[in-house]
Amino acid sequence: MKRVFPILAVLTAALLSYALYEALVVAPTELTMGDVQRIFYYHVPSAWTAFILFSINFVASVVYLIRRSNKADIVALVTAEVGVVFCTVVLVTGPIWARPVWGIWWTWDLRLTLTLVLWLIYVSYLVLRRFSSSGQTPLLAAVLAIFGALDVPLVYFSIWFFRTQHPQPVIGGGGFIDPLMLHVLLINWLAFSCFAALVCWSRYRLEVLQREVDETLALEALLEPRGSQTRTSQTWRAG
Amino acid sequence: MSTVPSLTRATLAKDLRLEWRSKDAINSMLFFSLLVVVIFSFSFDPTAEESRRIAGGLVWVAFLFAAVVALNQTWAREMRNQVLDAYRVSPAPPNALFLAKVVGNFIFVTVLQALMTPLFIVFYNLRALGPAYQLPMVAALGTWALVVNGTFFAAMSLRTRSREIMLPLLLFPISIPALLAMVEATGAILTGEFSAKFWIVLLAAYDLVFTIASLFLFGFVLQAE
Repeated sequence: MKRVFPILAVLTAALLSYALYEALVVAPTELTMGDVQRIFYYHVPSAWTAFILFSINFVASVVYLIRRSNKADIVALVTAEVGVVFCTVVLVTGPIWARPVWGIWWTWDLRLTLTLVLWLIYVSYLVLRRFSSSGQTPLLAAVLAIFGALDVPLVYFSIWFFRTQHPQPVIGGGGFIDPLMLHVLLINWLAFSCFAALVCWSRYRLEVLQREVDETLALEALLEPRGSQTRTSQTWRAG
Repeated sequence: MSTVPSLTRATLAKDLRLEWRSKDAINSMLFFSLLVVVIFSFSFDPTAEESRRIAGGLVWVAFLFAAVVALNQTWAREMRNQVLDAYRVSPAPPNALFLAKVVGNFIFVTVLQALMTPLFIVFYNLRALGPAYQLPMVAALGTWALVVNGTFFAAMSLRTRSREIMLPLLLFPISIPALLAMVEATGAILTGEFSAKFWIVLLAAYDLVFTIASLFLFGFVLQAE
């Protein structure tokens, strides 16, 4: 396993650079929007990756509630963390693109609002994980993840109706996309997914190690005689 | 299962009696929302026409904040003298306790709304141009939406550090569709410009989904070690 990681890391880096080259050089310039449109190759793959990670988080949470497996909990934690990062990329690149193209930074459009609400829900998920005492964290987090997933369709319908009542901003609708653009988009998506998987994997290993360390420290503190506890507490502070 | 109604009734009666004697929750909620009304009123100083459009938002923000005050106290009472632990070891179904708490909070917030509505009308010159008979329906469904999730998340935040801060952080993001529905429905009824039917249906769906989910999952949260 230790050897595979660097190889995968190099492969992902190569794929990401190739995808960047494709996005900046190979992909044709959009007719009306110009080069600004190229942010699309980061924006959309990030969004897809974030949504996939959030779905994995939901599945892992359900698995945790049923089986109480430690692994499922770590997967849920990791995918939520990385998902929030990708979701943040989406929310930052979106307005950067929208300002020159739509003339506004933000609008309460269906997809924008849904992404923002998802981001808020998952940030509250991470805050909960931060604030709850360690033994109960996985269970409470899994329950919250299920509530969040139930909320998504309701958010969708509420904003869908909200928007249909109010004047729509001019959105570059129309389903046509240049085949080369689609190709570049898919390569970027592949690169981003590989990158996300890599980060998740390394975060997963880190979390497993962290939990082992915590358990060992807790055990040591239990086993050691009263007088010699200073060393352990110092290690705690250093950690 | 036959014990659920009687247990719910017993817990509810106890909570209501405690609240009747202390009036802790209702007093703090009342004063809190009174402050919100006054502060909003002089910071916006709207005309009757404007206030009809923004009142939905103002009213529900005031009720939301006030409800959080009451929800935070819901479980605190059960923590003293380890009542909650006693409940956990007893064979009583967890849902009976949860339902009693939800209904109790629902009653508190509804009383608050009944007392605050005249004040809103006075301060903001409100008069509904749409079908006013829908307002109580929106109020009931909206309150249930806030209270059912709020009671659940309050039980969850019992197990966290700084639990008073935790509740709104969990409750607000999940409640966004419900809040949007309440605000829009109230605005629709007050201005009479469009129909509130969709929003009422959405609120009802929200209530149904989260009531069922809470009843399913409350056992897990109560037993969390």
